[in-house]
Amino acid sequence: MKIVIVLILLVIATVVFHFVSPWYFTPIASNWSSIDDTIDLTFVITGAVFVLVNLFLAYCIYRYRHNIKTRAHYEPENKKLEIGLSVVTTIGVAAMLAPGLFIWSEFVNVPKEAHFVEAVGQQWQWSFRAPGKDEVLGKVDSRFINESNPFGIDPKDQAGQDDVLVFGNELHLPLDKPVKLLLRSKDVLHNFAVPQFRVKMDLVPGMVTHLWLTPTRTGSFEILCQELCGIAHFVMRGRVIVDSEEDYETWLTTQPTYAETQNKVVGDPALGQASYAVCAACHGAQGEGNIALNAPNLNGMSDWYLARQLDYYKKGVRGAHKDDPLGQQMKAMAATLVTDKAVSDVAAYIQTLPDIVPKATIEGDVERGHSYFVTCGTCHGAKGEGKFGVNAPRLAGQHDWYLKQQIMNFKSGVRGNHKDDLYGVQMVLMSRILPNEQAIDDVLAYINTFN
Amino acid sequence: MSYTAIADQPEGESHDPDTFITKYIYSQDHKVIAIQYTITAIVVGLVALVLSGLMRLQLGFPDTFSFIDPTNYYQFITMHGMIMVIYLLTALLLGGFGNYLIPLMVGARDMVFPFLNMLSFWFYFVSVLVLMASFFVTGGPTGAGWTLYPPQAILEGTPGSGWGIILMLISLTIFIIAFTMGGLNYVTTVLQARARGMSLMRMPLTIWGIFVATILGLLAFPALLVSAIMMLLDKIVGTSFFMPAVVSMGEQLNYSGGSPILFQHLFWFFGHPEVYIVALPAFGMVSDVLAVHARKNIFGYRMMVWAIVAIGGLSFIVWAHHMYVSGMNPYFGFFFATTTLIIAVPTALKVYNWVLTLYRGNIHLRPPMLFAIGFIFTFTHGGLTGLFLGNVVVDLPLSDTYFVVAHFHMVMGVSPIMVLFAAIYHWFPLVSGKHLNDKLSRLHFWITFLGTYAIYLPMHYLGFLGVPRRYYAMGDTDFIPASAQTLNANITVAALIVGLAQLIFIYNVIRSLSKGEKSEPNPWQATSLEWQTPDFPPKHGNWGKTLPVVYRWAYDFSVPGAKYDFIPQNVAQEDVEPEDLEREGLDQDGGDGEISSEGVESMGDKT
Repeated sequence: MKIVIVLILLVIATVVFHFVSPWYFTPIASNWSSIDDTIDLTFVITGAVFVLVNLFLAYCIYRYRHNIKTRAHYEPENKKLEIGLSVVTTIGVAAMLAPGLFIWSEFVNVPKEAHFVEAVGQQWQWSFRAPGKDEVLGKVDSRFINESNPFGIDPKDQAGQDDVLVFGNELHLPLDKPVKLLLRSKDVLHNFAVPQFRVKMDLVPGMVTHLWLTPTRTGSFEILCQELCGIAHFVMRGRVIVDSEEDYETWLTTQPTYAETQNKVVGDPALGQASYAVCAACHGAQGEGNIALNAPNLNGMSDWYLARQLDYYKKGVRGAHKDDPLGQQMKAMAATLVTDKAVSDVAAYIQTLPDIVPKATIEGDVERGHSYFVTCGTCHGAKGEGKFGVNAPRLAGQHDWYLKQQIMNFKSGVRGNHKDDLYGVQMVLMSRILPNEQAIDDVLAYINTFN
Repeated sequence: MSYTAIADQPEGESHDPDTFITKYIYSQDHKVIAIQYTITAIVVGLVALVLSGLMRLQLGFPDTFSFIDPTNYYQFITMHGMIMVIYLLTALLLGGFGNYLIPLMVGARDMVFPFLNMLSFWFYFVSVLVLMASFFVTGGPTGAGWTLYPPQAILEGTPGSGWGIILMLISLTIFIIAFTMGGLNYVTTVLQARARGMSLMRMPLTIWGIFVATILGLLAFPALLVSAIMMLLDKIVGTSFFMPAVVSMGEQLNYSGGSPILFQHLFWFFGHPEVYIVALPAFGMVSDVLAVHARKNIFGYRMMVWAIVAIGGLSFIVWAHHMYVSGMNPYFGFFFATTTLIIAVPTALKVYNWVLTLYRGNIHLRPPMLFAIGFIFTFTHGGLTGLFLGNVVVDLPLSDTYFVVAHFHMVMGVSPIMVLFAAIYHWFPLVSGKHLNDKLSRLHFWITFLGTYAIYLPMHYLGFLGVPRRYYAMGDTDFIPASAQTLNANITVAALIVGLAQLIFIYNVIRSLSKGEKSEPNPWQATSLEWQTPDFPPKHGNWGKTLPVVYRWAYDFSVPGAKYDFIPQNVAQEDVEPEDLEREGLDQDGGDGEISSEGVESMGDKT
């Protein structure tokens, strides 16, 4: 008889759990509240069936438990009952399906007045593109994708010249305006999902998919990739900021157009050499770094990475954390490079410095380190050479003590957690695979074998 | 006369196996092959169970176990899913139970093609070896998720995108060859080798479930076969069946023109029927367990048969409900949501009929019955959450969240497993001649039933919250409260307890094989043929000198006017002992079970 009591308790517990559970939908931020209503309706219907069927089950088990004195009732069929149940079930199902299809047709038919923005996915980052004044997005093709044209915009297509490019994981959307999100992937399947918007859709390489919604409240909402896209799927995060229309327009003007990115200033190593004198004080004349001054190796680092980090220091994205005194020093120094041009000049000069192999200072288990590094190598390269395609800097040739410091900083959130640090948050999550200092030493011992 | 039904053919030479090797290794006896399938499937299933424990450790206690990095984690979930669905459930339900029960329940001496049947097992065995080998190759097994979606599955950013995915695809190919050899056998045996009198509408529902599931498999697996072969070509030769032009990690790859969505259509054209390849045999077996232990005919037998057939047919036109947010043409949503919700009707009817079978029954709460009741509960729950996901707009917020994980584990993990245990507890005496220990069986039931519900009920709510599936670590988000991590830890504890509880089952089986109480023939007083063999447990050839003749359906329980509360299928009408006069005063429960003027009347005469 235990089973009877347990079944009844489970039914009660399930219903109670449903109502007291603190884990439920996040407050909605889009026009799709009709989806929530359909879910409520589905809950009422399925909940009633769940309770009735299981309570009847419990009743049957109790009432018709084995009794030596009785026999079961012999009744192979009962047409009336079976037809009755079929009809009731069909009605219940139709009651859920009909509103569902009605709302789906709204989802399928994008309103004509919707403006559109493109979300581009790649392993494991988001970027976005909005049409310029012509309200047309330029043609794209994966053949055109390269370091200076990561969106793959057709350079000959005039419509693409004024496209507004958003490098980085943050998209702004204007409040109360229907938007059609065009979804495009460069490599594998991804999925654009914002829990507060309720709707989601896959990004499929080779085609453009879409979804539409109207943001209904301002705020900042996380984008989560919800289609397994490889080893770092879980760090593929982004953010949608819903602004008032004026704020949105302002934001849009701060983003570069495609044409602007093509005319970007090229760093001049000769000019950079002059500015580098300041850097050399700590980092050394050859950029070889200095353990006593906590200065990392600079030679061999890619210009795009150096430029990004200098920019971060200048803006306080990096080095502003109160527990990062060394970063704060660097922040002050980076401020001496006033313009973007100055930053790229220095980065260009550093490219001319010879590669100097640093001395290993950390010992660890190379074998164990190797097994950890399999994950790191996916982005940073099997030999730690770095990959621009996934914005992962070179690790080989860097001082092990510096790398250790940075891994610790990522782990403790001192580095990477700033909201404008585009890729740092990935390292915050990824550094968790190194559970303790020993693991960090092991992986660094392995990285040292590249030198 | 050119054609003689197999049941009427004189017994040929039986080729009784005489050496250990022919008897237990290269055996052509369906019962031995069934046990080979079962043991292999359970062993590989235990591997998958351990993998799920490891992934739960990571989810419940992130940053704690250094040996679970993202690479391993994605490999664990992939191998867990693929092993459980294909190499455990499909193999155990059809290769194990199908092999054991079909010839016995339809009254045949063996499968129609015994040699092919043996080959089927050995191909399956090789497919398992190939799959396990992927754990030991460079890069390890594939971590592409059990759905193996390209382009990701064969590109660098995915764990095991070298040898891992290649071995997975080769293993699947071999498995499908094995399944086809076995499946042709099952279908042919059911169609051609039934005993005299065993009309299709007298077959036990177990056979109906296995029969229709096998037909589904024969039609659905080819879709997986072609997708596996095409993906192998994309991977090894560089063709572009599923591969569009892509830039992977900043490098232009040499693919163009392929369609990743094509793979998804092919995969789910197989994948959805696969759900029913697992579910239908389970539906059938649980029907029989319920009838036997409730001493009552299955309610609405004909409806149950047609529901199995209808579900089987419909299962081929619902596949794209797995793809509502895949980027396929959104107009598909209307069609597939409609077909998907239609399939809920025959499925719901089956649930009603199971409960109505218990209604006015005489229920023995033995371990198989407990598991069967547990199945009704979990399947009702899992079926109802399917109505959320099948309804296309409701799927939008829930797709790819833990709601999906919880739903399909309730409906395709826990429910079939409940039936598998019900079936094992039910048929163990037939296979071994021994009883399992009752106390251990009940303990196993309670931990498994309550434990799995503790795992999966709350997991649905993580899905409502929006927690995505296949995340190695959630990290900090704005919308997921810290309590979700506590919940995850609790789920992990429950999962580990349930996992460990399966050791009780294994211990019980091993112990009972040697020390178990000897079972009398037909201990549950069942009506179907497998319990009526001259030898108990049945010997090679099953039926001794003469094949059984069938006179009635499989559910003549508690027939009014009969002396015993069951009449086996092979008992002729004139041999049914009438009820003792002294028993007249007994309550016939409801009173409308009056004895007809002709004496015993049962469905056996009507069908």
